Amino acid sequence: MIARLHFNKHLLETPFYPRTAPLNKHSEWGAWSGHLSATGFGDTEMEYTAIRNGASVYDLCPMVKYRITGPDAVAYLDRLTVRNVAKLTPGGVHYTVWCDDAGKVLDDGTLFRHGPQDFLLCCQERHLPWLTDATLGFEVAVEEITETIAALSLQGPCTASVLSAAGWDVSSLRPFRMTKVPFDGTTLTISRTGFTGDLGYELWIGPAHALALWDHLFTAGAPWGIRPIGSDALNMARIEAGFLIAGMDFIPAEQALREDRVRSPFELGLDWLIDWNKDHFNGRRALIRERESRASQWSLVGLDIAGNVSAEGSLIYHAKQKEVGYITAALWSPTTKRNLAIAHLKRPYAAAKSDNLWVEIYALRELQYVKLMVPARITPRPFFTPARRRATPPGRF
Amino acid sequence: MPSSDVIVIGGGPNGLAAATRLAQSGRRVTLVEAQPQVGGGAATTEFHTGYRTSALAHILQGPDARVASAMKLDAHGLRLSTPLTTAVPGIDPLTMQGTFGKVSGLAATDLAAWSELQERLTRFARLLAPMRQMTPPRPAAKAGNDLWNLGKLGLSLRSMGKVEFRELLRMLLINVADVLEDDLTDDRLMGLLAFDATLGAWAGPRSPNSLIVYLNRIAAGETLTLPMGGMGSVAAAMRKAAEAAGVTVLTGSPVDRIDMAADIVIGVTLANGENFAAGAVLSAICPRRTLETLVGPRYLDTGFIRRARAIKSRGGAAKLHLALTGAPHFPAADLTWRIVLAPSVNAVENAFNPVKYGEVPDAPVMEITFPTAHDPSLAPSGHHVLSAVVQFAPHAPKDRDAARAQMLQNTLNVLETAAPGLRPLIAHAEILMPYDIEDRFGMSGGSWHHGDLAVEQMLFLRPFAGVSQYNTPIPGLWLGGAGSHPGGGISGAAGWNAATQLLQGAKP
Amino acid sequence: MTCDALIIGAGHNGLVTACYLARAGMKVTVAEKNDWIGGAAVSRELYPGFTYSNCSYVCSLFRPEIMRDLELPRYGLQILPYEGGVVFMENGDYLGMFRDHDANRREFARHSPRDAEAYDRYSRDIMRHCRFIRPLLMRTPPDPSSFKPRDLSELAYLGRKAMELSEVQISDMIRFWTMSISDFLDGYFESPVIKAYLAVSAIIGTALGPMSPGSAYVLLHHYMGDVDGNVGAWGFARGGMGAITQALKASLEASGGTIKAGHGVEKVLVRNGRAVGVELDNGETLHATRVISNMDVRRTFLKHVAADELPSDFVRQVKRFKTRGSSGKLNIALDAAPKFTALPEGAPNLRGDLHFTDTVERMERAYDDWKSGHFTRDPFQDVMIPTMIDPTMTPPGKHFMSCFVQYAPPRIEGRDWTDADRDAFGQACVNQINRFAPGFKDLILHMEVRTPRELEAEVGLTEGNIFQGELTFDQLLFNRPVPGYAQYRSPIKALWMCGSSTHPGGGVMGAPGRNAAAEILRDARMGIDMSDAYAVL
Repeated sequence: MIARLHFNKHLLETPFYPRTAPLNKHSEWGAWSGHLSATGFGDTEMEYTAIRNGASVYDLCPMVKYRITGPDAVAYLDRLTVRNVAKLTPGGVHYTVWCDDAGKVLDDGTLFRHGPQDFLLCCQERHLPWLTDATLGFEVAVEEITETIAALSLQGPCTASVLSAAGWDVSSLRPFRMTKVPFDGTTLTISRTGFTGDLGYELWIGPAHALALWDHLFTAGAPWGIRPIGSDALNMARIEAGFLIAGMDFIPAEQALREDRVRSPFELGLDWLIDWNKDHFNGRRALIRERESRASQWSLVGLDIAGNVSAEGSLIYHAKQKEVGYITAALWSPTTKRNLAIAHLKRPYAAAKSDNLWVEIYALRELQYVKLMVPARITPRPFFTPARRRATPPGRF
Repeated sequence: MPSSDVIVIGGGPNGLAAATRLAQSGRRVTLVEAQPQVGGGAATTEFHTGYRTSALAHILQGPDARVASAMKLDAHGLRLSTPLTTAVPGIDPLTMQGTFGKVSGLAATDLAAWSELQERLTRFARLLAPMRQMTPPRPAAKAGNDLWNLGKLGLSLRSMGKVEFRELLRMLLINVADVLEDDLTDDRLMGLLAFDATLGAWAGPRSPNSLIVYLNRIAAGETLTLPMGGMGSVAAAMRKAAEAAGVTVLTGSPVDRIDMAADIVIGVTLANGENFAAGAVLSAICPRRTLETLVGPRYLDTGFIRRARAIKSRGGAAKLHLALTGAPHFPAADLTWRIVLAPSVNAVENAFNPVKYGEVPDAPVMEITFPTAHDPSLAPSGHHVLSAVVQFAPHAPKDRDAARAQMLQNTLNVLETAAPGLRPLIAHAEILMPYDIEDRFGMSGGSWHHGDLAVEQMLFLRPFAGVSQYNTPIPGLWLGGAGSHPGGGISGAAGWNAATQLLQGAKP
Repeated sequence: MTCDALIIGAGHNGLVTACYLARAGMKVTVAEKNDWIGGAAVSRELYPGFTYSNCSYVCSLFRPEIMRDLELPRYGLQILPYEGGVVFMENGDYLGMFRDHDANRREFARHSPRDAEAYDRYSRDIMRHCRFIRPLLMRTPPDPSSFKPRDLSELAYLGRKAMELSEVQISDMIRFWTMSISDFLDGYFESPVIKAYLAVSAIIGTALGPMSPGSAYVLLHHYMGDVDGNVGAWGFARGGMGAITQALKASLEASGGTIKAGHGVEKVLVRNGRAVGVELDNGETLHATRVISNMDVRRTFLKHVAADELPSDFVRQVKRFKTRGSSGKLNIALDAAPKFTALPEGAPNLRGDLHFTDTVERMERAYDDWKSGHFTRDPFQDVMIPTMIDPTMTPPGKHFMSCFVQYAPPRIEGRDWTDADRDAFGQACVNQINRFAPGFKDLILHMEVRTPRELEAEVGLTEGNIFQGELTFDQLLFNRPVPGYAQYRSPIKALWMCGSSTHPGGGVMGAPGRNAAAEILRDARMGIDMSDAYAVL
């Protein structure tokens, strides 16, 4: 039940707010799905370093969450998403996308299988009408439960050690698996997932236990310099990991105003997720047509750009002349020491004609934009993928 | 497993026409019909011992010329009444020939305006008539549109001359009440035209877009007749024609599902578990039921299902059957006529208003026929059957039984006023509300057209965008019922068009 | 003395035309029958110390290109976006509107979690339709029956624009244009009150109900405006709607134009098939090279032009032009802000539009009353308290309330309105508000009740139709006002039309006035820079 006075706060505080607020030295907050979300805690560089060196904590509560239950949950999700859900065993997690009828991506997200008929779908955008309309003909229930779960993302090479110090042995937990442990009189779910491309875990618990979890974690993590991070630092890590964000790297198909903005999984480099052998899934016929008639218009690629000026929002040219694409995310990567970007390129400039690409960068230098035209080459994603990301048991770092 | 080239689902006029067309082109066709007899809405029923009538549709306009000539219905036993005259009864009666023909009894003041209006609307209707026999064009380049016929249509539009072309554009989406009230004054004529314009529609005469629905009706055929033996004889003749063409007709065979293998139609399974294999299935039943129930959402996309479920299918007509022990008397009207009780434009509009809220109108408007006046064998000697389409009736009232009882009462009151002394002649009365029609004939919402016949559901929007050319995203699945262009009526046009597309092998 | 252009009626469109012509160098006179100017975009002090926007009451559609070209901000025009909005429900609850996306989503979710998440797709779809149609506002409609190069190229432009869309979008668009708003909303929402709120824009000023096909287009008509690029947003003109026409007047006078107020035009003088001036109701004659009527097309040609000067077909079409009024208006001076029991303290919703009709069905039933020639006892009201935002219109702490009411027919059961009808009508509206704001009646210092009768008598809108003609397809685009005369010209040489009876229609938009000016200047081979329709990237 939503209180009538909800309008007094446009952005809700998450259950961790009593802890994050005092730590947020510059009061740097942004909006994420109707919640206050820290963009930083005062020092983005040190926050980023915590992700890549120690242990970082990111408040995941605003992530949109749908619970999907019922005897037909697998069949329903198989029809909804492009990946094979039957292959996802209970206790498992996978990254997936779902498409509209035209095979254009509606969103991406992670699907958690808690039980044979019990799933949690986490994503960036809101889809309740689509998810409910898709239930027709399936014995399945869909519920939006964003505010009933508090979640933290614990990321960094020392996070297994932190969890161990907290009393939870996760040494045998493989990537994309989860485990449940008792905590504070309730059940804490720990999944080996994350958005940094590094070793990391996500912790899921009832909102009433959020502060206890936070305190316990920060006590246990103190020796490893555990610290809260904001979305600015996280964004650096996720670009290095080559992950996409709906609304930033692609426009979800149901939101696109301009018809040429929508993208298929092929055009986002996500076609590897598609299971062509499973039964019908939404958009399948359109995607088969796209594959067979090679109708994809775009490619999503990683770029390595000369120099060290971040190319955020830049346009890409072929032979410095023809506009052939644009950049949706970019940074000078502290870990790889490369100037990286995620870019949409018109085909065939991502493959056959990828030799002569240039990026036009407007660099602000003392109130004045300086225009640079610098060469770029396509480079595989993820840009950074350390062995510790997958090692089981994770090493001690 | 029995196998054929095409399975046609639904033995109504469209299903029978489609099956015949396919069989005549050399396809092996099996037609499956859920009921013990073919016909769907074209049926004759014994609604009271010794009294028979057309169960739903009771007047024949058409059928489609192609269907009539290819199926040779007269050779297969169909006998029709002489063309009907329509009468607005009263001390001062008004009559009209055929669908939109010559009017007698009109006040002198309206003569000139009427003849101009009649000429204009007839011209428009005749221009649009070829559209009924065409596959609707899709608003896209390279959509395989019938450019030749579209070009011809465009040319004929432009060759009407500037004034008429402009008038057409002005009147395209106009409401019929404004058109009538602009030029005419005679309530009898205006009531009749307002009634005819909205017959079978979920709209009042003041609803915008109501004129084009009327033009579409006029275009469907210029004469009205009653089939001897009731509408079931049309179905019987069509069945004979179909069988003569080689169609295997299976009645009493409800389909449980359309079978799929890897996204492609492979046949159907009947409710009794029997399987029939086929390379294609053409469904002439309701599009929404075909897609939602027989195919099922698992094989379809969510956006597609959304569109299918967004089809507005609101039946607004009830069907009244009275068994009469004698001949009633309508002032200055002949029982062989089609009698319309719709005293004015406002009477029609006011009859529509309450159904928007699921309520019953106080004074319904109606068209009445006495099939027994043409075919006395339908009732005991000297007795009569009154068959009426009564508008408007709610398709989703709060209380179905109460609404039905109220509707019958209000209808009989109107009839008694129009033909005093009728009530004592009633041996039995039956009224089918839209939901009864849905239950009995499977038309969702009791819509005779398997979906409102309205501009937003016409042409390339019928039954909805993406499946207007009779094919569907599922290879081998075709839609050819009244839910598809050009809609219902006992014409078979939709089925014929669909079969033509299937034969041409149009791809999704 | 002969002027280059004589404009009949100092409404906003007449003044827009006048300003453009004066700026192009014409000698322009505007003749206004009332001793105040502004037509239906007017601020009047009908109670001491209180400024009333007593006809039109909100602003969104007025084209920014016009404000810019005519330097209206320089002459005092300021548009203030408003905030909030609320529907009061019969069950004591309410649905509030919030400018903040998340607050609005949560408010919707109070009524339906699904609808809360459906609203974004709905807004996206409406915006897609707007993007197609907005550029057409500032263009003269082509004549589809003509083979003139200009008409053909304009038709080709429309065709090209349509072909840029996908098949799905074209289909959706045609479906949208032809369907009822009620059916359209059913495709997105389940909550009756959410549907009722969103249906509002589809019936304002229209002789259609929310269940009438074609009403969805009317919604679009109200969404095509913007406040500073915020498409679909609405606002107030600071100082009341008269601020728009006052700024136009100042702009006109600065370019040398004059306004003659206080005497109406009796007839348009025609010599040898050419308009040469007008005769005023005081017998004065004004000569002009061209005459431009801002009056609606029926008033212009059926009352002020001799019938024998016009082709009979044209007269017949003008008679067919539908101008049925559907609305009335209450203008109320309030001693203090009303207190609505349902709204929590501090809610911003009173700074927007207030409604008391919580289902589409109630709106439609009110329309049924209109069709049968009655004003409705359960009216739909679009209520604004502009003084919640604009401090200039009343003494501090006092308020001006504008209640736009549907449905009110042009005639009651075929006869004229009486004063008793008008008072009963006003009372029904006040009673409705009082049910949700007890004590509201006691706050009323002064109230003006306007039915279509008053609107016609005072502002000159035939049958009180606020759009100078209904917005149905038979009267839109190349059909507006009548086929063959949609390019602002009339059958009489040098007699032009510039009012809302012409494309693109009513609302305080100014587009008909500017488009007419463009045609007149083109015809006179005179040029003037007009800023382009704002880029729609």
